[in-house]
Amino acid sequence: MIEISGLRKTYRAKRGDVVAVDGVDLHVGEGEVFGVLGRSGAGKSTLLRCVNMLERPDAGTVTVDGVELTTLRRKQLRLARHGIGMIHQHFALLSSRTVAANVAFALEVTGTPRAERKTRVAELLELVGLSDRAEAYPAQLSGGQKQRVGIARALAARPKVLLSDEATSALDPETTESILRLLLDLNRRLGLTILLITHEMTVVKRICTSAAVMRDGRFVESGTVADLLQQPGSELARDLFPLDGPVAIPGATVIDVTVSGADADAPIIADLARRFETDVRILGGAVETLATTRAGRWRLALLGSPDDNSKALDFLRERGAQVGVPA
Amino acid sequence: MTWSEVFPLLGPATQQTLWMVGMSSLFTAIGGLLVGVLFIVTERDGLLPIAPLNAVLGLIVNLGRSIPFLILMVAITPFTRLVVGVSIGTDAVIVPLTVGAIPFFARIVESALREVPPDVVSAATAMGATRTEIVRKVLLREALPGLVSGFTVTVIAIIGYSAMAGTVGGGGLGYLAISYGYYRFETNVMIATVVLIVIIVQIIQAVGALVARRLSHR
Repeated sequence: MIEISGLRKTYRAKRGDVVAVDGVDLHVGEGEVFGVLGRSGAGKSTLLRCVNMLERPDAGTVTVDGVELTTLRRKQLRLARHGIGMIHQHFALLSSRTVAANVAFALEVTGTPRAERKTRVAELLELVGLSDRAEAYPAQLSGGQKQRVGIARALAARPKVLLSDEATSALDPETTESILRLLLDLNRRLGLTILLITHEMTVVKRICTSAAVMRDGRFVESGTVADLLQQPGSELARDLFPLDGPVAIPGATVIDVTVSGADADAPIIADLARRFETDVRILGGAVETLATTRAGRWRLALLGSPDDNSKALDFLRERGAQVGVPA
Repeated sequence: MTWSEVFPLLGPATQQTLWMVGMSSLFTAIGGLLVGVLFIVTERDGLLPIAPLNAVLGLIVNLGRSIPFLILMVAITPFTRLVVGVSIGTDAVIVPLTVGAIPFFARIVESALREVPPDVVSAATAMGATRTEIVRKVLLREALPGLVSGFTVTVIAIIGYSAMAGTVGGGGLGYLAISYGYYRFETNVMIATVVLIVIIVQIIQAVGALVARRLSHR
């Protein structure tokens, strides 16, 4: 649904040029929720703004729903933008318009007839759960409600793609949770493809099917969340499940074990201990629900003989676990 | 002069002042909005970047703002004659008043438009809005409360200028105050004109503030 290749964007600054996006390739399939995770200044915001040409890339191509955007003329670009919704960190609502009129604005720019607008606005407000606030002004709403208006507005023209620019970064944890639930729900009900940028791990954890970690304008890793968790040395896995506890214990083998899918809830450690009669100490770990899967990650100390321990490792690998040495 | 002699003078003079101020405010609103909006959209990161036009507009506005009104009024006499056919009188005064007030209001328009968060403009762009839609429905509409209070300030400044213009043949309350109140030591006339001008300014300020408040939903 979104296809980006070789994307580069450089800003002219007083002290030489700043490369914001340095050769990014990205593929987001239909119905996927793709999260780009990075600190501020990593270039993720520029990357996102290049997807709907709010920023003109210096090189590379951007194709959304089969249309190559970099070569479009102004008018065609406007039409293409109707098919790409966007939500913003600070909501970007029109303060002079009511909630209903803010949503209607998106329909005005797509040239929807007035009569149709009204029913569609009601539909959209229903969708985001704000029907009772239709006549309120943005200043009278809470942050979470404002973002719901933003989402309703972004979906007004029935886009296939939604771009989310740090949509939950200005919200408290509970509101973030409810907005993420809404996005996930829209993704499933409408088949909406979502590309989001964030610096919050929670967002990736809760709703993303795929993710990339961005640093200095580049993707340092990228793939489905399930794959990244299994990938040795993955930063994403490490950040999703921070493991502490000692990395080495004299006379024991210390390992990090990652399992995902149905295995996450299987009594894999109990089986291990039972089968090998090896003492296993859990040094740290967690099991979490992710958007598409469950995953668990533990740091274990195996206290058996070296021979028994190596058999235990084989057993874990057989059971679908990824086993690594703590870093 | 007794008060009964003063009152008949006040009616026509007030009318003249209202006419001068009204007409120049109208033209200033149009001209100032036009210049202010053009200035903002032609900026480097604007909706329609045209650097040379932007530079020229900036220069004109700065020039207009820096010339004292009394000098401007005299200096543009030929232009005034070209526009209205005469160079003195109430109608003639409307020209320098407008020319003097447009740069003033244009700056106010500029700063009011800058108050609109860039985020909101880029959101509208991302929705596929045209530039005209963005100017009309986003920039001007969002800045409207600021534009109204800025316009109120401008109208009050025009009233001040109009009193000055009155002394060089414009008529109105300013002329009355100078010719009777000052040159002929008619204190009654002076008091009456000052009171009237204060009342007019108060009314305009009150209405402007009320409208701005009604329009603002921030």
